[in-house]
Amino acid sequence: MSTSTETIEQLATREYKYGFVTDVESETIPKGLNEDIVRLISAKKNEPDWLLQWRLKAYRLWLTMKEPTWQNVKYDPINYQDIVYYSAPKKRPALNSLDDVDPEVKRTFDKLGIPLEEQKLLAGVAVDAVFDSVSVATTFREKLAKMGIIFMSFSEAVQHHPDLVRKYLGSVVPHTDNFFAALNSAVFSDGSFVYVPKGVRCPMELSTYFRINAKDTGQFERTLIVADEGSYVSYLEGCTAPMRDENQLHAAVVELVALDDATIKYSTIQNWYPGDKDGKGGIYNFVTKRGLCAGRRSKITWTQVETGSAITWKYPGCILQGDGSIGEFYSVATTNNWQQADTGTKMIHLGKNTRSTIVSKGISAGHGQNTYRGLVRVGKNAVHARNYSQCDSLLIGDKCGAHTFPYLEIRNTSARVEHEASTSKIGEDQIFYCRQRGLPTEDAVNMIVSGFCKEVFRELPMEFAVEAQKLLSVSLEGSVG
Amino acid sequence: MLEIKNLQVTAEDKEILRGIDLSVNKGEVHAIMGPNGSGKSTLARALSGHPEYQVTGGQVLFEGRDLLDMDPDERAREGVFMAFQYPVEIAGVNNAYFLKAALNAKRKHQGLPELDAMEFMSLVNDKAKLLEIDKSMLSRAVNEGFSGGEKKRNEIFQMALLEPTLAILDETDSGLDIDALKLVANGVNAMRSPERAFIVVTHYQRLLNYIVPDFVHVLSGGRIVKSGGKELALELEQKGYGWIEAA
Repeated sequence: MSTSTETIEQLATREYKYGFVTDVESETIPKGLNEDIVRLISAKKNEPDWLLQWRLKAYRLWLTMKEPTWQNVKYDPINYQDIVYYSAPKKRPALNSLDDVDPEVKRTFDKLGIPLEEQKLLAGVAVDAVFDSVSVATTFREKLAKMGIIFMSFSEAVQHHPDLVRKYLGSVVPHTDNFFAALNSAVFSDGSFVYVPKGVRCPMELSTYFRINAKDTGQFERTLIVADEGSYVSYLEGCTAPMRDENQLHAAVVELVALDDATIKYSTIQNWYPGDKDGKGGIYNFVTKRGLCAGRRSKITWTQVETGSAITWKYPGCILQGDGSIGEFYSVATTNNWQQADTGTKMIHLGKNTRSTIVSKGISAGHGQNTYRGLVRVGKNAVHARNYSQCDSLLIGDKCGAHTFPYLEIRNTSARVEHEASTSKIGEDQIFYCRQRGLPTEDAVNMIVSGFCKEVFRELPMEFAVEAQKLLSVSLEGSVG
Repeated sequence: MLEIKNLQVTAEDKEILRGIDLSVNKGEVHAIMGPNGSGKSTLARALSGHPEYQVTGGQVLFEGRDLLDMDPDERAREGVFMAFQYPVEIAGVNNAYFLKAALNAKRKHQGLPELDAMEFMSLVNDKAKLLEIDKSMLSRAVNEGFSGGEKKRNEIFQMALLEPTLAILDETDSGLDIDALKLVANGVNAMRSPERAFIVVTHYQRLLNYIVPDFVHVLSGGRIVKSGGKELALELEQKGYGWIEAA
């Protein structure tokens, strides 16, 4: 009987189309972590002494720290001596020339849909491409430089703008913040640096594309974005990795600083390799992201679509220091097969009349486990702070799970805090309704899921909203039989 | 157009339909009546391929093809439409977007070009006028926050857009007040054509005052126990179902 096979439980393998490996000659340092490795990474980047000392301070602290265990995820212990902390394609480009990028690396980005030749790029999007531990190309830099906007790899920024880097590095996420942030501070290799000067509205989307290629290698990038008074910037990051049976670690740190009347929109489309259908392999995505609304009426918006990774652990948050500043967090996190996600946000209200909005959509399928964990803290001086939180979970099938842990710490009686949560199951009846109108099952599921995520997708830059929707449908492929 | 032969259906391992025979020709309106639990809604849902209903015997031919061999969505694209007794809500999915996707899935299946947004909207305007339906419900999410009457009108509106060859109404009158009932009935009557057949499942004769059937069948205990013309419905209204069950 054709219709009786219609059970949601049937899970099929899904295809991860970014799982290829590029054969490129790499310069890789030996596995393991000690002070010499930290010094070696710093030396390879020809860093000033203050930065080396900063790394060493972080490393020494890290040695005394314990890996966190409070998160609602399970994995075997990570052997930090079994990871390669630096790997780079041998053929290094001269700083401003795309011609010197290893053709294999260039082809890799082409295959990922991120062509590095500027004329082929999406109109209005500048890209910094990070391959394993190094940035291989940054496009449109000259055009942006004319407006005073600095957009370059972190390593270059250390060389060209050491004062700016030194001023803001670690100012939002100090090396003492947590275990993975300390590790990152010790061994970070590359990432993007953005500075938008006073009153400048960045005319194009800035984006960084992260690619892990080398085996046994961890990726530890660091991104720092500073928006000076009255400026505006929208930034997007994307990520993919090859399919491998071993887990790989990605421990990044992102720091945002918005001064008076500045706005930063930071969007993530995270599609690291999630592991196979039996839960083998995949990226451990342990990331610390935080924005400081330092100035009055400043605004930081985090939008994330998290479809990849075996395990996701991240809480992009905002410290609302400036009076009247605004923090927003919009998130879609999907877990299929054996993926686990523990993600959410922290909104720390310090200034007066600060506002925050949290919209979190968790989708679980297969054996996936999805946890929302969010903190709203209103300090004693944060008069008239307001927060609105909404956490919705969608379950596909009956072997997955959704969990919500909202934490509220309110120290000012004038605060107004609202929290709404819902959990729903994508029903046979909804799917049947769509099918009775002629839509195939996969289309029906995609439609129901995109409807569920609508409030988040509309926050994404237009060029990427469509991509995110497609990605979501691929990541849930086969979740309904 | 529709040939049902000895159809047997179970739900949750319980035998519900114990051998239904029914022929429906183009242009006809058949009313299926019967007491609660007689299996009339089961018949509607089994014909549309609802996954909770298992066909354990018999045959259904739709325009000469084996209907039971088709997936629910294929049945829909072939021209079978069911107006739900309890239409579900789909949060965040725009009603017009949903309908356009459904209509284009059907058109693609028929080898017709898909309609673009402009063509679709002009079709919507025509149908809304025909059915005297307020278009504003199109800009809302599918059935979300709709009143009972709005949900049923939305079903009829979908039917009008998708232009099925066989339309099955599963207790569409339940929970409707008289004004909503008339609106729904007017919509159905406007859709009656020599090319289209209706199966109207209802517990009450009331709906049949407005949608006048060509044939009335009474189900009891999973079988058709009596068939007749429209006057049979009136007889049921007067005597109740008891005299048929006793017979």
